[in-house]
Amino acid sequence: MSMNLTLRIWRQANPGTPGRLVEYAAQGISPDMSFLEMLDVVNEQLIRKGEEPVAFDSDCREGICGTCGCMVNGVAHGPDAAATVCQLHMRRFKNGDTITIEPWRAAAFPVVKDLVVDRSALDRIVRAGGYISMNVGAAPDANAMPVAKGLADEAFDAAACIQCGACVAACKNASAALFTAAKISHLNLLPQGQAERGRRAVAMVDQMDVEGFGACSNEGECEAVCPKEISISNIARMNREYLRARLVAR
Amino acid sequence: MQLDGKVPGGPIESRWERHKFESKLVNPANRRKLTVLVIGTGLAGASASAALGELGYNVLTFCIHDSPRRAHSIAAQGGINAAKNYRNDGDSVYRLFYDTVKGGDYRARESNVYRLAQVSADIIDQCVAQGVPFAREYGGLLDNRSFGGAQVSRTFYARGQTGQQLLIGAYQSMMRQVDAGTVKLFPQREMLDVVMVEGQARGVIMRNLVTGELEKWAGDAVLLATGGYGTVYYLSTNAVNSNVTAAWRAHKRGALFANPCFTQIHPTCIPVSGDHQSKLTLMSESLRNDGRVWVPKDARDPRPPQQIPEPERDYYLERRYPSFGNLVPRDVASRAAKLVCDEGLGVGDTGLAVYLDFADSIGRLGKDVIKQRYGNLFDMYQKITDDNPYQVPMRIFPAVHYTMGGLWVDYNLMSTIPGLHVLGEANFSDHGANRLGASALMQGLADGYFVIPNTLSHYLAGTSLPKVTAEHDAFAEAASNAQGQITRLLTVRGQKTPRELHRQLGRLVWDYVGMSRTAEGLRTALTEIPRLREEFWHNVSVPGEANNMNKNLEYAGRVADYLEFAELLARDALEREESCGGHFREEFQTPDNEAQRDDLQFAHAAAWEFTGVGQAPVRHVEPLQFDYVKPSQRSYK
Repeated sequence: MSMNLTLRIWRQANPGTPGRLVEYAAQGISPDMSFLEMLDVVNEQLIRKGEEPVAFDSDCREGICGTCGCMVNGVAHGPDAAATVCQLHMRRFKNGDTITIEPWRAAAFPVVKDLVVDRSALDRIVRAGGYISMNVGAAPDANAMPVAKGLADEAFDAAACIQCGACVAACKNASAALFTAAKISHLNLLPQGQAERGRRAVAMVDQMDVEGFGACSNEGECEAVCPKEISISNIARMNREYLRARLVAR
Repeated sequence: MQLDGKVPGGPIESRWERHKFESKLVNPANRRKLTVLVIGTGLAGASASAALGELGYNVLTFCIHDSPRRAHSIAAQGGINAAKNYRNDGDSVYRLFYDTVKGGDYRARESNVYRLAQVSADIIDQCVAQGVPFAREYGGLLDNRSFGGAQVSRTFYARGQTGQQLLIGAYQSMMRQVDAGTVKLFPQREMLDVVMVEGQARGVIMRNLVTGELEKWAGDAVLLATGGYGTVYYLSTNAVNSNVTAAWRAHKRGALFANPCFTQIHPTCIPVSGDHQSKLTLMSESLRNDGRVWVPKDARDPRPPQQIPEPERDYYLERRYPSFGNLVPRDVASRAAKLVCDEGLGVGDTGLAVYLDFADSIGRLGKDVIKQRYGNLFDMYQKITDDNPYQVPMRIFPAVHYTMGGLWVDYNLMSTIPGLHVLGEANFSDHGANRLGASALMQGLADGYFVIPNTLSHYLAGTSLPKVTAEHDAFAEAASNAQGQITRLLTVRGQKTPRELHRQLGRLVWDYVGMSRTAEGLRTALTEIPRLREEFWHNVSVPGEANNMNKNLEYAGRVADYLEFAELLARDALEREESCGGHFREEFQTPDNEAQRDDLQFAHAAAWEFTGVGQAPVRHVEPLQFDYVKPSQRSYK
């Protein structure tokens, strides 16, 4: 039942020191373990030997908080579609497999340590305009403004983004277009978001450039790895919203 | 110590309005001169930061995550209650108030609960205006469902990810204030101490989790919104970084800790499958709206569930509670599952599971409807267990989920430390001994958006706050204290990992302070926990340094605090000689195994005072008065 695996894991002490792949044996791994529980087991062995465990981010371990994420054999979040790496289970692998585990790679996501990267650039994109300006206390009754179900559902599909950064990691341009587009779509589709529609699109797209993310060249890698299956049609919408705001509205 | 809840007088309907009117206000021009330190960015912390930023205070907000949008509020699935009565089914503020007091088994403060019900409707308005995509009907209006034992449909929901959508709403509002310059955000920071100056909370010591540096931050008030202590059980539905550290360290500085024994065990979780497990996965209890819970009538019936004919199944919730059936409150459903498993009727490899069966609903409504309602939950279940719940009944078992106890606060959400306010799950006030489904999100946002902006101004305007900077000696003392513990953890160099010791602790508290408790078991826990703590400090292994990112060091510090806190948990459970809500003492039950409250002796909140590690804490009491909802034996039959 249990499996023995060879892991090649990226170790890097800090942003200033070069990293490298280090080989570890993972033995007695149960197929029912999640991928991160397998890493827990490896870390337990390292700690018992007095060695530093592999630093990796995770929190909810049920695929909703967006904290975890790494490249598993070159694929963001690993081989399962529509899943984060914490939802990947070891039954997906075979005894004797070699698995290469690396951090997200993007200029805008500097490595902090081992598999941990700094994704604060995404927060700064939200900060630039990813909100509806609404002070507490000023809201009308929730049912005062009906929203067509189809529209609400489409906005929801975009709002399902968990800000994990897999889209950036999978993109050869390290573009954050899918992330930014999902937030713009969520808010620009809803009637509540109309007042700031143009300003939002421009501010968020501009911030994305400032942070050093690449441009979108329609490869579709982002959609393929997105754990929430967010569609690249949102990127088309973002481009329309941006152009509309830049060219038409002025 | 005399505990004053500061509950306003007069008719309950007008208490909050009157209190707001009588509260002192801070002049808008003076607000930016007042610094508020907010610890935690879940629903309570993020909404408080946003609301206080909008008012113009100088807000400094800290969180342990790399982004404030990752706090564990994000994982709440089912929904948020509000007394909107959009369904015309007889709901009202008073009914939500009544249900919550009763659901909490008469151990919550009536005035707080009434206020919670009052602001619940405002929360929905606020969230919709922010763009939270709640479920809607074809007519474009908001959809509702009945949830977790309620007989009215007052729950608003956003697919199976209501927590995420509400948190994104609060996070975005907060980020707007970051953009406006009123809120300054400090992610990757863990609170290690509250700094006291002249008896007031005037600052915090934060560890920068990237550089390891201890930072000193001064302010005029401190808001803790750091969540619950469910991970004391090691296995729980909480996130792996959830912890009691901030609350516990505030407790050690003088904040009383109330009702720690009120812990909630959620009935619909995926059962434990092996000892490698790092957490348990909850599936929304909305599943109980369409799923039927049963076990075979014959212990260890070897047949697969689909082959067991109807007459040989025991739908025990429907049998025992004909009027509420599968929708009884969480504590009742969890204990009933434990009872049938104790009788040997449990299913699956471990015998610690019951079936949750959708065959009837699929037959009645069709697979498509069930898929639309629960598709993501079914997928999640299949991913984890490798079973297809459209074909085979789910196996479920209760797991630790939420903690009703927390730091004691008055009506203003202020702890027994002047200036230290506690919001959301971290406080004790609104849910009594058992929280109803879809009420946690409501409370977190009520505290942050609507309560604290009003009550904090009263504190800030009415208190003498001499200027304090981080140069004050109290900061140096607190920082050196925190540094001392870090150094100690790094120098033990023992054989066991923090996780092993945490798992041992979790086992102990689950066995003796879990779903049902006895005096004997609790005494055992009180002997074993200090032993384990002793072992921890002699045998924990924390490799690496303090001056960079060291996740194992962070974790070890949290386990160390749990090893102190667990003792208080067991002691509180031992002293509360009654059964109520999530606290079930086997000695105190009715002949048909229902919880037997003792209102004469225990209609109070027990608030504990810290006296030293390993020293007996002092138990203080805040009597609870029930002027509106008269305590009765809870019956869901």
